[in-house]
Amino acid sequence: MHKQRALRNDLVNSDPHISEFRRILLALYARKAVLVAISLILVFLLIAVLAPLLTPYDPYQQELSQVLLHSSWKHPLGTDLLGRDVLSRIIYGTRVSFWVGIVSVGIATIIGMTLGLIAGYYGRIINMVIMRVIDALMSIPTIVLALAIASALGGGIRNVMISLGISLVPTYCRLMCSQVLSVKETDYVMAGRILGGTDLHIMLRHVLPNCFPPLIVLVTLNLGLAILNEAALSFLGVGISPPGAAWGSMVNDGYRYLNTHPVLSFAPGLCIMLLVLSFNLAGDGLRDALDPRLRGMVE
Amino acid sequence: MASYIFRRLIYTLLILLLVSVIAFMILHLIPGDPVIAMLGPEATQEQINNLRQELWLEKPLPVQYFHWLSNALQGDFGLSILYREEVMPLVFQRLIVTLHLGLLAFILSTILAIPAGVISALRRGGYLDSLITLFANLGVSVPVFWLGILMIYLFGLKLGLLPIFGYASPFEDFWLSIRKSIMPVSCLAVVPIASVARQTRSSMLEVIGQDYIRTAWAKGLGERVVVLEHALRNALIPIVTLQGMLVRIIVGGAALTETVFNIPGMGSLIVQGVFQRDYVLVQGCIIVIALAVALANLLVDISYGWLDPRIRYD
Amino acid sequence: MVHLLEVRDLTTQFKTYRGLVRAVDGVSFHIDESEIVGIVGESGCGKSVTQLSVMQLIPTPPGKIVKGEVIFEGTDLLKLNPKGAEMRSIRGGKIGIIFQEPMTSLNPVLTLRRQLTEMLLVHRSMGKKEARKHAIKQLGLVGIPEPEKRIDDYPHQFSGGMRQRVMIAMALSCNPRLLIADEPTTALDVTTQAQVLELMRDIVKRFKAALIIVTHNLGVIARYAQRLYVMYAGRIVESGPSKVIFHTPRHPYTVGLLKSIPRLDESTERELVPITGTPPNLVNMPPTCAFLPRCPYHTDKCEHEPWPELRQVGYQHFISCYVDVR
Repeated sequence: MHKQRALRNDLVNSDPHISEFRRILLALYARKAVLVAISLILVFLLIAVLAPLLTPYDPYQQELSQVLLHSSWKHPLGTDLLGRDVLSRIIYGTRVSFWVGIVSVGIATIIGMTLGLIAGYYGRIINMVIMRVIDALMSIPTIVLALAIASALGGGIRNVMISLGISLVPTYCRLMCSQVLSVKETDYVMAGRILGGTDLHIMLRHVLPNCFPPLIVLVTLNLGLAILNEAALSFLGVGISPPGAAWGSMVNDGYRYLNTHPVLSFAPGLCIMLLVLSFNLAGDGLRDALDPRLRGMVE
Repeated sequence: MASYIFRRLIYTLLILLLVSVIAFMILHLIPGDPVIAMLGPEATQEQINNLRQELWLEKPLPVQYFHWLSNALQGDFGLSILYREEVMPLVFQRLIVTLHLGLLAFILSTILAIPAGVISALRRGGYLDSLITLFANLGVSVPVFWLGILMIYLFGLKLGLLPIFGYASPFEDFWLSIRKSIMPVSCLAVVPIASVARQTRSSMLEVIGQDYIRTAWAKGLGERVVVLEHALRNALIPIVTLQGMLVRIIVGGAALTETVFNIPGMGSLIVQGVFQRDYVLVQGCIIVIALAVALANLLVDISYGWLDPRIRYD
Repeated sequence: MVHLLEVRDLTTQFKTYRGLVRAVDGVSFHIDESEIVGIVGESGCGKSVTQLSVMQLIPTPPGKIVKGEVIFEGTDLLKLNPKGAEMRSIRGGKIGIIFQEPMTSLNPVLTLRRQLTEMLLVHRSMGKKEARKHAIKQLGLVGIPEPEKRIDDYPHQFSGGMRQRVMIAMALSCNPRLLIADEPTTALDVTTQAQVLELMRDIVKRFKAALIIVTHNLGVIARYAQRLYVMYAGRIVESGPSKVIFHTPRHPYTVGLLKSIPRLDESTERELVPITGTPPNLVNMPPTCAFLPRCPYHTDKCEHEPWPELRQVGYQHFISCYVDVR
């Protein structure tokens, strides 16, 4: 019989402690496409913020003697029908896209989450009413809805943001509502009730943290969608008014000169696609990284 | 089953009602006087007042709404301010055009995207998967109107292959119809194809990781049987859900595509209607769209019962 | 001596973002006709992965069988193409496997008839009518009441225990030579457990098949298995006749396991002693014995020498340890 010895705890090959945040970063890093996407978003954002420093010309400055020039060293993308430098207008268009995207998604998040919280929390009738309204909103195509609201309010960038925000509300509402409903019946909420916390307090403490992963994914994807829809609206003529530079309206302006100056339409449209693509890739990457089932797996 | 359908019909009617209320409210926020738009700037005050009376514009909003509703229930959706015609026949005429193009886009999305998504899922990480995924991602990111313009430039102006504008009914001139519809349909189909492909891929990936697929492999079954008969049937449920949502996606895309290609469909009708403040017309259009969406959802729900036996026995 | 199945030095690893995991690290075992062999160990010790490796069911992007031979009826299965016709005919046709989770291991959208007969159509080239009759008989064999009526039902219409029986029927339908049962009773309640195990033993005897039972439940093994392999951290640490191992376990891990469960043949005053510490993290394991941090019998040699190979300590009794606990 051998003597019992002390245990060698120092030889324990314990689990290297990786915090949740770091794990997500690692998962994101593993997917090259996502890294490229996020970098591209940051580049665009930088361009938007530093726009005044980057543009060689004033994007609103009309120079009627320099109308419709082709690409040259002075004007890398040429000039438009009013002699404005296209490159500068595209750079300023970045601002519009980001601004509209962020504000409208922000509006949608706040309104949608609040509605969802109310719907889930108060249940029964209020739930039914809110969800039916949401269903009705979802029966109308996003562009049509946004177009109708924006026109009704009179056009202009502020109203575009409001209308896009409203049209994006449904997904947030449903997300929040389902989260609230699933948490409402769990044991720890009931325990909390017994221990005396107010319902609302419990809800917020337990529901909100659970919401963050899908919420972040939704916000990222919706930013892309908002930018796409904003471009569609400004293409149709709603949104930023004439001197302003928005990518969608630039595509529309260039449409007339498609035969001779295709760049006028191509360039802004390409930017739209790249930025939206980046948001979509980033959103997908986040979704995969945050998915608990894919934990530990390398692609 | 019968009671289920009945309940769904009631629900659909409720939604339609809500949609009409929402549309009504939105459209009546429009500033600018539709009456002046109709009569022109030379109209006298008396003419204006008469027309306003006739259109009930003096009455409070709820009354106006109920007036509209009671007429609508009898099939009278009013007169379009812009076209001076009955709304419904006008809408249906345009609807057929959009239906023609939209249906083609939908069919394309089903027969192209689902196999693409399946292949992508099976050959995960390979070249084919990367290629398909790239195109799918591009497809959901591309602005539809820009794509249309690109196509017009490439195939219409530069290569001269296809006619650029307009629409031809297949019943009048079949070949011209095909040539005129290739670009718009392709444009319209890009987003549906891309999103269905993405959904199919992720759905299949999820199903393939399930225990019952492992059991199928363990039984020594071949790849085709496991994928098509064991996996795909389970993966179809979220895909079919997405297909139900394609109706509103396609109509939204149609609004842009028809504007770019100058096609007289529902999409361009709505756009014109909104800009011209023709609220009567837009109201009618939105109702029709909502009806189509509701119908699509009903079909989707019924197909759930067919796809998933657990739902049948509920 | 030629065994029905002989596994030699099987090594399977998985790539994870944390590093390389050797789930199966040089495992060797064998089984003959009409034998019941048990493979025992904690969760994560590699026993299930071993069986999946035998069947070549390891998902290959993260996983890979890097070494070893799996000789079944004379053929090395690892040399066959996993998706090829020969391997496919062995899976299901010659080797049947029953998985742990009856609730999720059956396809929810296909009828039982479909799931039971497809193997027969593929492996035995039966006609549809004949296959259906055979399937009904199988269901009856495993104790499903009114099989003719229930064969057209769907999995969700059955309870967990019933589903496990259906899985057994499925695994047996082509009369395989070898049956692998991976935690067959873990998801079942106690009475059903006993029934299912009796059923398996009965069938094995009747069809002269071989049975590998993979489990962490020592009680199950004690009753049914003739020979036993104890696994820890991807390796076999002790092997031998089950009665011998239960009576005189020689590896510190096995000793610890047996001390931690209650036994009817002991006085009730004996304390249940759990094994201290936690199962090892399999990423980038050191070359020394994996049980070392938890082992009350370790010597200096254990700290410096690599994990030892199996050595014989009795008739058919092997342990992988420098210390022989007696």
